[in-house]
Amino acid sequence: MTEIVEDRVTPVDAPGATVLEARDLRVWYATDRGPVRAVDGVTFELHEGEILGLVGESGCGKSTLGRGLIGLLPEGSARDGELRFRGKDMLKLKPREQHAMRGRDLGMIFQEPLTRLNPLMRISEHFSETLKTHDKSISKAEIERRSLEVLRVMGIPPTRFHAYPHEFSGGMRQRLMIALTLVLRPPFVVADEPTTALDVLVEAQIIRILHDLRANYRTALLLITHNLGIIAEACDRVAVMYAGEIVEIGDAREVFSRPKHPYTRELLRATISLRTTGLNYIDGAPPDLVEPPPGCHFHPRCPDAMKVCATRHPVLRQHDGGSTAQCWAADLADGLADDLTETERTPLPREEIAVADEA
Amino acid sequence: MPTKPETLSNDGSGQGGGHGAGRHENVLDVDDLAVHFQLQGGALSRLLGLQARVVKAVDGVSVQLRRGEVLGLVGESGSGKTTLGRALLGLVPASGGRITYHSASKGDRRVSEMRGAELRQLRTDLQMVFQDPHAALNPSMTIEEAVGHPLVIHKIASGRALRMQVAEALERVGLSPVERFLSKYPSDLSGGQKQRAVIARAIILNPEVLVADEPVSMLDMSVRAKILQLMLDLKQEMGLTYVYITHDLASAKYFCDRIAIMYLGRIVEIGPTEEIFANPRHPYTKALLKAIPEPDPDRMVPRDLPRGEIPDAAEPPLGCSFHPRCSEAVAGCGWESRDLRALLEEHWTRKLEAYDDEKALIGDLDGLDRPSTTAKVGKGGAGEVRALLDRIRAENPDEPLWSGVRGIEPAGNGVEVQFQPADSPQLRRAGSVDVACVLYPE
Repeated sequence: MTEIVEDRVTPVDAPGATVLEARDLRVWYATDRGPVRAVDGVTFELHEGEILGLVGESGCGKSTLGRGLIGLLPEGSARDGELRFRGKDMLKLKPREQHAMRGRDLGMIFQEPLTRLNPLMRISEHFSETLKTHDKSISKAEIERRSLEVLRVMGIPPTRFHAYPHEFSGGMRQRLMIALTLVLRPPFVVADEPTTALDVLVEAQIIRILHDLRANYRTALLLITHNLGIIAEACDRVAVMYAGEIVEIGDAREVFSRPKHPYTRELLRATISLRTTGLNYIDGAPPDLVEPPPGCHFHPRCPDAMKVCATRHPVLRQHDGGSTAQCWAADLADGLADDLTETERTPLPREEIAVADEA
Repeated sequence: MPTKPETLSNDGSGQGGGHGAGRHENVLDVDDLAVHFQLQGGALSRLLGLQARVVKAVDGVSVQLRRGEVLGLVGESGSGKTTLGRALLGLVPASGGRITYHSASKGDRRVSEMRGAELRQLRTDLQMVFQDPHAALNPSMTIEEAVGHPLVIHKIASGRALRMQVAEALERVGLSPVERFLSKYPSDLSGGQKQRAVIARAIILNPEVLVADEPVSMLDMSVRAKILQLMLDLKQEMGLTYVYITHDLASAKYFCDRIAIMYLGRIVEIGPTEEIFANPRHPYTKALLKAIPEPDPDRMVPRDLPRGEIPDAAEPPLGCSFHPRCSEAVAGCGWESRDLRALLEEHWTRKLEAYDDEKALIGDLDGLDRPSTTAKVGKGGAGEVRALLDRIRAENPDEPLWSGVRGIEPAGNGVEVQFQPADSPQLRRAGSVDVACVLYPE
């Protein structure tokens, strides 16, 4: 058994080169009731060797954002804004060029490993197919060398290289999925709830593997999860999503110890952890994304809401401590909203939120 | 919290004690319970008369459920916690052992021997809340029909009385104004609301015991605490006893009075919640506690976690089931052939460059898959195989497997590794808990 090496890689003073940059990115789905604005003007950057955690309730748009970054969206959806990979705006590329980037430049790790592996193909064949898709002339020896190397990093013994997917346990399959993504060495990877189906001990193993990616591969990783504990342990920065928007983003340690946005704060309070001494919850449910509430989308559920919150949409502002949040109350607390009138600052009379509206 | 009974006079000796009093201290007594599932072999193996494999989902579990407590059954998937919970209600038949229900009004009843109508009657006293509220509700039944269904089945109420009782149950679980929900279908409700309806259906018969199988794990985190609070309130109001089945130690810590940690069909540690969390004794309990991701900005990714996953329940490891993953394993834990295979594979994962040569020396590993305390390996000559094993041992001399090796003898072209046999450890008293681990002998 290995010794305890608790090495949160020290926050990079000079972060690596920017790998991915989203500016006012929007993703819609067409429905009978009108467009669903699943991602509604999101702006962030992701650097080499950095893990950004994306957290939020179900239906907040976090999975859509993850898929939108890769371009894996269903029919009837559209993207708008800017999405730069190493400086190049991917939204301006032809579909064929976008397709070629997937796998090679943009990797994706899914939630259900078994549904992504072909039960009739050996693991070695999966690797061979993946590598040949992007390099037709690759030799058999090179395929084996590269595959075994990445399997080694994932802790899968070489004796299992020719086994079939069903011969592996759940945690091993997820390692295989990660290995299949990483064998192409993409600079950017989205991991969408990669541990949700796994047991707590195996989950911890997978989180450790993802955490170590930056050291082994310098990958920029977007880790989507609803588990705040995973974010706190594994991520450098965290983005909190609510109703299609990033409402707060910053250094994970900073956001968790000094949350600026009331939603972040309430989410942390509602999480049941080993230190929980009382039960807290957020009243109400996330809004319908066809017609989100005016002003700040969170105001109907927000304990800090002021009159301004129901009318004017807050702007993303940088706060003390370095995190960025879009919230009038946080602006006021940090002296960033001096232009608010007295009326606008008065607390918003709260409507009773019945169980009828809960999540 | 109001649920924690401070004084627990029962020390496991309550057997037969309170029969005359009518209200036994325990609601349920489980004694050496076994639930085994026969695996259907393929046609070929049946033709050849091969022995069908048996999964021991629950294997020799003894536990008491005390009146008014919340007992947590905690473990990973495959630990048998759900099967144990279902067996308590007679939803899966017991293969061995006894379950006794000490009814407050109807005296002692043997759940493990009930069949058919008798078992259905039992549901008026013992009820279940399922994990997935969406799957637990019939999509073509309105909430009124679903929640009132138990009353109809047991012919307890109809017409106006039925409607009144349904309304009262919905009110109890917070689905009010009731009129807004009566005619709704499950698909109209959010996850939290559906789980409230499932709970309403479970309490409408006024049961004594509620077995809740992961009641909040499918729900959004903003609403989990709310449902747990509802369950605590109901327990208080209706004098319920809970069995709370979960893989989530954090919620179990808040919710339970006592916790039983399960692994591969057995209870490995059981005791008061505070003691389990303050002084975890079983290495598995310790590992679980360490692995929980905590939203604490100063926590790091834990490094010293057990390797591997829960093994095949049809062929559990010899000796202590947890030994292949245990960080505190010693010589007497039950080392065996499959552990040697795992050790070799781990070695080759680390030393990929040596794989081809050494694999040729060791040969096929499949012979090690049959659980045995003797393991034959190697085809490249006894001396050379022995030398290779010695080299691997020297790489990591502290590997506990080697302490369980009694001898390595030449056998044909390879060697035979002989391990020290061991029994599966029994639950034994350690402080205020019971723990099944060789590190805690009598």
